[in-house]
Amino acid sequence: MTIVNRKLKIVNQKMAHIKLPEGLPGIRGPMAFRPETAKPLNELAEVLLRDDNNSLTRGERELIATYVSSLNDCFFCQNAHGGIAQHYLQCDIAFIDGVKKDFQSAIISEKMKTLLAIAASVQQSGKNVTTEQIEDARKQGATDLEIHDTVLIAAAFCMFNRYIDGLGTTAPADRNYYINRGKQRAEEGYIDFDLYK
Amino acid sequence: MPAHTLIRLWWTQPQKLNQYNQIQIRVFGVKKNRKSKIKKMAHIQVPEGVPGIRSLAMFRPETGKPLYDLAQVLLRGESPLTEAERELIAAYVSSLNNCMYCMSSHAAAARCLFGDEKNIVDEVLQDMNQSHVSDKMKALLHIAGRVQVLGKEVTEQDITAARNYGASDRELHDTVLIAATFCMFNRYVDGLASFTPTDTTTYEEMGKRMAEKGYVPPSGEL
Repeated sequence: MTIVNRKLKIVNQKMAHIKLPEGLPGIRGPMAFRPETAKPLNELAEVLLRDDNNSLTRGERELIATYVSSLNDCFFCQNAHGGIAQHYLQCDIAFIDGVKKDFQSAIISEKMKTLLAIAASVQQSGKNVTTEQIEDARKQGATDLEIHDTVLIAAAFCMFNRYIDGLGTTAPADRNYYINRGKQRAEEGYIDFDLYK
Repeated sequence: MPAHTLIRLWWTQPQKLNQYNQIQIRVFGVKKNRKSKIKKMAHIQVPEGVPGIRSLAMFRPETGKPLYDLAQVLLRGESPLTEAERELIAAYVSSLNNCMYCMSSHAAAARCLFGDEKNIVDEVLQDMNQSHVSDKMKALLHIAGRVQVLGKEVTEQDITAARNYGASDRELHDTVLIAATFCMFNRYVDGLASFTPTDTTTYEEMGKRMAEKGYVPPSGEL
């Protein structure tokens, strides 16, 4: 896999801002650099995005992560999580791009539209979430837990996106790279996986 | 004094925190804004009277655990930056995000940890560039401010400037991750409109506890 990585065109041709272990794109570099912080970060991702004790599907939660990452213009996260969402939702990349471009006209549930609207406000600032947005989500059947998880997923990706872009990490330019890896991440999950595979 | 400094000064006065809803009333037919006596409720049913992230961790302990673990390792774990410096970065980013709860509590923790030099905290919150922190710390706080806007805003010049003052890879890493993490905590706490206490003594006690005991998830008791 590392040989393939070397052949891939890289989005950010410059070096990362700090010396990170080589051959690890996106967040995997900082995770190998500092495993002590990687642990709670991965545990957070696992319970938020992958735990099945949740009334939002894994696909829906990955879609929120993808959407917020696109608003933050984070190439690695929006494609990595877009690839995982694509795997869960069994859709094509055009559908994911459609949600990023204009989720109101995408073929998703009305409840998901109200949750994505809340996520978009959180991306700007926590204070931008309005009582009306919460009421709209409730009218479409959203529970307290679903609203909570939407806000926390959006907030968490405002962190992840800043972490990897703030350190100037590199990311493969070929979007198919992420689609191919989506299935692997979905199966392995976010904890106890081999960073180098 | 420039307008943004005045606004920052205003924001950093804890007695002016606003936990009340603005309501409109009519006095002799004239519309006036008044503070309602009703306390603003959180957007979801969290334990009443419990402030900020604590109430959210009690609502959802499964996510509360990794969030508290992250705060503990980032702000109290082994690092070339002192605990006081790391709390200062957290308070500074929270003030840029206008998150009263996080700014007030982490500023209080930083004051405790700085001890005799606690004035540095208020100097930074009022005007970081004019404060008496070290040049290295200024360069790191500048990077934290860039991260607050967006990860991509951090430039090679910002990194080089910090390195010229002796900042190491680990210090740069920790600065970026603390700034990013508070962009999460601030949004989480305000996005769900969790309870923000308004009196300074509450934050003083909170800061003391944070400085002494670190970050332990709530056990379920208030």
